[in-house]
Amino acid sequence: MISTLGQLLVMGALLCATVGTVTGFAAGSRRSRKAWEWTRLAALGFSGLMLAANLLMVYALVTLDFSVAYVAEVGSSTTPLHIRVISLWASLNGSILFWGGVLAVYTGGLTLTIGERYREYMPWTLHVLLGIAVFFTFLVASIADPFALVDPAPADGPGPNPLLQNHWLMAIHPPTLYLGYVGMSVPFAMICAALLAGRLEAGWMEPVRRWMLIPWTALTVGIVLGGWWSYAVLGWGGAWAWDPVENASFHPWLTGTAFLHSAMVLQRRNTLRDWTLVLGMATFLLTLVGTFMTRSGVFNSVHSFTQSDIGPVFLAFIAFTLVYSVLLLAFRSHRLDDAAEAASAQLGSKGRSTMALLSRESAILIQNALFTVFTFLVLLGTLYPLITEAMESRQVSVGEPYFDRWALPLGLGLTFMMGVGPALPWGRMRQEAARQRFVAPVGGGLVLATVFAAYGFVKPYTLLALFVCGFAAVSNFQEYWTPLRARMAKRSEPFGTAALTAFRRTRRRFGGHVAHYGVILAVFSLALSKGYKVEKDYSFAAGETQTFQQWELTFTGAEEVDEGFRTSRKASFVVRSGGSEIGVFEPRMNFYNTRREPIFTPAVHSRPTGDLYFSILELAPDGRSVVVRMMSHPWQVWLWVSALIIALGSLISLWPEPRREPAAKSEPVPQAAK
Amino acid sequence: MTEAMKRRLFGVAALAVAGAALFYVGMSDMGDDLVYYWTPSELIAAAEAKEATVRLGGMVKPGTLDWDRDAQQARFTITDGDHEVPVHCTGNPPQMFREGIGAVVEGKLGTDGVFRTDRVMVKHSNEYEAPDGHPPEVQTTLVDE
Repeated sequence: MISTLGQLLVMGALLCATVGTVTGFAAGSRRSRKAWEWTRLAALGFSGLMLAANLLMVYALVTLDFSVAYVAEVGSSTTPLHIRVISLWASLNGSILFWGGVLAVYTGGLTLTIGERYREYMPWTLHVLLGIAVFFTFLVASIADPFALVDPAPADGPGPNPLLQNHWLMAIHPPTLYLGYVGMSVPFAMICAALLAGRLEAGWMEPVRRWMLIPWTALTVGIVLGGWWSYAVLGWGGAWAWDPVENASFHPWLTGTAFLHSAMVLQRRNTLRDWTLVLGMATFLLTLVGTFMTRSGVFNSVHSFTQSDIGPVFLAFIAFTLVYSVLLLAFRSHRLDDAAEAASAQLGSKGRSTMALLSRESAILIQNALFTVFTFLVLLGTLYPLITEAMESRQVSVGEPYFDRWALPLGLGLTFMMGVGPALPWGRMRQEAARQRFVAPVGGGLVLATVFAAYGFVKPYTLLALFVCGFAAVSNFQEYWTPLRARMAKRSEPFGTAALTAFRRTRRRFGGHVAHYGVILAVFSLALSKGYKVEKDYSFAAGETQTFQQWELTFTGAEEVDEGFRTSRKASFVVRSGGSEIGVFEPRMNFYNTRREPIFTPAVHSRPTGDLYFSILELAPDGRSVVVRMMSHPWQVWLWVSALIIALGSLISLWPEPRREPAAKSEPVPQAAK
Repeated sequence: MTEAMKRRLFGVAALAVAGAALFYVGMSDMGDDLVYYWTPSELIAAAEAKEATVRLGGMVKPGTLDWDRDAQQARFTITDGDHEVPVHCTGNPPQMFREGIGAVVEGKLGTDGVFRTDRVMVKHSNEYEAPDGHPPEVQTTLVDE
């Protein structure tokens, strides 16, 4: 019953997407009103049906209808309700359905919020977006069909993978990452739309940036949450290991960040156009590559990916998208030139502007170059083992030192540029004036590095990182503070009024600065937690006390707890520092019915200045002795907080402008600076 | 050829040259960090494997694990059924490590035929990919690198 209904919904979604992509083409090329209305309807139809299919699957998972193939694969009567719900993305076929569901949210959201605006571009955008939807819905309808009927239905299933059940972060991290991955298809479709329409006004870049910022924010948060999950669940004490699947999410983040900045140059200075378009398209392609890498099993071995049908089909889709993008750029971008020339001739304005070295656009260009080099080198290191295995049939891995060696200078260089950019104005400026703007930031960097050096953090790279963090932090503050002070002086406004007005007028830029602070905080935390990580193994007998750094640890014993869907063996440690008790910490081994090996869940004592991390290596069966790895990670929590700040910054930028009230009523709303 | 086309051609050519240069730099830089996988049979057969950092993969032979918890080191034998290599691990082996499990050790084969490692990785028996595909092998570095 559910099986049939689900398949019908998916078929309906596929039909809508196919119709919409065809009528979208017609609406774009013939400017037909009728075709446009059909396209909108089809987009909303796809959106609704795909969402319904997702909800139906959740319903089947919750009610445990084992006649549905996917439920039989990941469902179990022993799992609690909330885990049944999130089982939607526990396994391959469900996650592709979920992918379609997220695409449906974006498609519906875009269609509804843009409405009748941008009529030159929207038909083309929906044409491309629904084309992507056709591919994913086709996957759901055919080789990855989660609704397939199982007859006879099994009485019970194995339940989802234990790692999914082990931590609440698994309820948020995957969907956030999906929001990031899938959402990149929207700016891609919008860029294709500009090329297909043969014109690109600065006005269209506005929604493109906006729709890039939404998935970019989700991707950022998703990546950090993934690191947190790894830290809190996997027990090796780290958040990032340059694993292929981690890199997969990092590539589009790098190009997406570069895009968000170069798009500003395009809007403000009308230059770097093709480059910006390439970055936007590359971002989408890299999310496809990322999905392929995480979903096809290609990284277990090149030879394993053909075992699933998804791999080759996906690879074909990536190749198609790549060729499509290149052809579109090669054969259509000159049309944008013609359109721009025609427009500037009409307005009698000058053509493209030149770029001065001491200007914000130059800083962004340098930043873009660094991001591109970063993407390229990480991609190279990630794909290299695949290439060698395919050619020499020899398994090889690229070690973390390769990635670290590049990430360190590039990351520091980018953080430095994050301070240089805001210090420089658009256009050009005198060298003397420019020099003045760097005095305070350099001072800020020196102060931060000196303070931490005084507390014993004296490794050169840590100090360098702290310097660029301080530099960038003060520079971003100055960019907001200097005009604010000028305003207070000139109009003798009180601080509150001036700050509020400045915030309103430069809200988007302000949001960008807040996001910068998030990144600075992340770099700061990484520099200290990675640079000054301490790790030591201890062997305890019950009742024994040992010392790790300033902490006195007492192993008080172990106990076994039955939680229904799993059994936990906990080792209890009492922690004292300077004579006073801090608390009891219980790293544990979780045993799941469906899995032979236990999952070792660490215990973490988090403080603003650092984490104390317990990870069991071995707990004796009688619970009388334990081997535990103790770690100390200075200033670790700020890495997780950084994601929150970046998200807050994006939210400030994304928040819609208040509706303009009738002119007579209020003073005109000032245009937000870009 | 119009001015715009020339400019575009120049841009594409410059990017291609920069890309090629970067490719070369990246590849030549990677050399030392490439770690090859070997089975015990391959490792014993290959003379050049001595003194190079490699990854040795196989099963921890039952009955060979000697873990000194106080001295924090372990000795065991990695086997692929045909050949076996004795391993000396400085540091505690990772979580879940036990006899009969699949393991990958990273280190060097000494001239005395003992493989020295400070990094042991356990291969999960039921291979798994988390929803966003976290690693199927949980990595543990035993000693700070």
